[in-house]
Amino acid sequence: MDGVKINLKVNGQDISREVDARLLLSDFIRENLLLTGTHIGCEHGVCGACTIHVNGDPVRSCLMLAVQADGCEVKTVESLIQENGDLNHLQQAFSDNHALQCGFCTPGFLMTVSSFLEENSNPCEAEIRKCISGNLCRCTGYSNIIKAVKQAAQTVSN
Amino acid sequence: MIPLLNMRLSTPKYIIDIGRVGGLSYIHADGESLVIGALTKHRDIEKSKLVKEKCPLLSEAIRWVGHEQIRNRGTVGGSIAHGDPSAELPCVLTALRGEIVLADENGEEIVSPEEFFLTYMLTSLQPDQLVKEIRFPIIKPASGSAFVEVARRHGDFGLVEVAAVVDLSEEGSFSEVKLAIGGVNSIPTALEDVERLLFGKEPNEELFKKASDLTMELVEPESDLHGTAEYRRELSGTMVIRALKKATIRAQGGRVM
Repeated sequence: MDGVKINLKVNGQDISREVDARLLLSDFIRENLLLTGTHIGCEHGVCGACTIHVNGDPVRSCLMLAVQADGCEVKTVESLIQENGDLNHLQQAFSDNHALQCGFCTPGFLMTVSSFLEENSNPCEAEIRKCISGNLCRCTGYSNIIKAVKQAAQTVSN
Repeated sequence: MIPLLNMRLSTPKYIIDIGRVGGLSYIHADGESLVIGALTKHRDIEKSKLVKEKCPLLSEAIRWVGHEQIRNRGTVGGSIAHGDPSAELPCVLTALRGEIVLADENGEEIVSPEEFFLTYMLTSLQPDQLVKEIRFPIIKPASGSAFVEVARRHGDFGLVEVAAVVDLSEEGSFSEVKLAIGGVNSIPTALEDVERLLFGKEPNEELFKKASDLTMELVEPESDLHGTAEYRRELSGTMVIRALKKATIRAQGGRVM
């Protein structure tokens, strides 16, 4: 099959590649761009592990084809780290509160929550629970994730 | 559609992405309908003040469609064309007796949900047609509407969902009832017999019980991993009562969560 040329911006960098039309965006990110922070869990939009931002909105990268991201601005979990290499406030909050154990789901949670906190910097617990309802975690029981989100929100408002 | 491809349930030779076709993403009121372009994202409907004002039933139902990450990409046309009998938007459209505008190179055709939904994941859409627009009838300010759903977890496929719109006469009896159920038959189904049963009568517990019993007789659910047919039948009855009560209280001017 002939490749399709796509141009997009990933984590601020302009990217131009030729891809198969059938390639998923999640596979493109991991296998072509070698940004393996984005994890692939269920591959049908249920688990949320592959959540990334496309034009600022959190979406499932396993439910998009790479060619559909042509011309889009994509952000993956790799975009969160600070320039000096330190964890950003949200990542630090996850670390401080033991909001991850095996870490498989974490990139999806971080991307979901980071866009949520941009829109709502002072969420109540119910709003946080609703926000993360589209992401599955089998280790933490979610309580520590909620604590981490609260801490991150406080850090921002301070 | 991508889950079907990922799970190899569907292996089409060609896929045409209409995502970038211009001019198919819009929401506006036109006469008696709220007209929504096929490529309008779920999230746009969720945030729309116009939808909340003209068709609160749709605003209430849209929050049950997947999760935010899904609603940021998913479209109203996609939800309708997918033909999933447990999906929220087909149920709402069926309850309201809305219209689906199909287009092909020769022109446009308007079909009813009844004509469009054939069976599980199968619609009357032909290979050379696309869903262009969905028309949701505007709900009168005095009407009460409600969308209720039970799913294993919020965002999962609904086990049973019911959409209801009721109007009350000055004496307080039902002057119009629109009721549809999803998740229990092979297509979203308007409960016409139940609507007729309720028409002209005064809302009370006894009447709701009758509506519930009749619903349980009418539905033909199947068993799957998430619930047995018997469970879904019982749930159908319960959900009809919940939807009717909520819609009735709203029509009486009350507020319910």
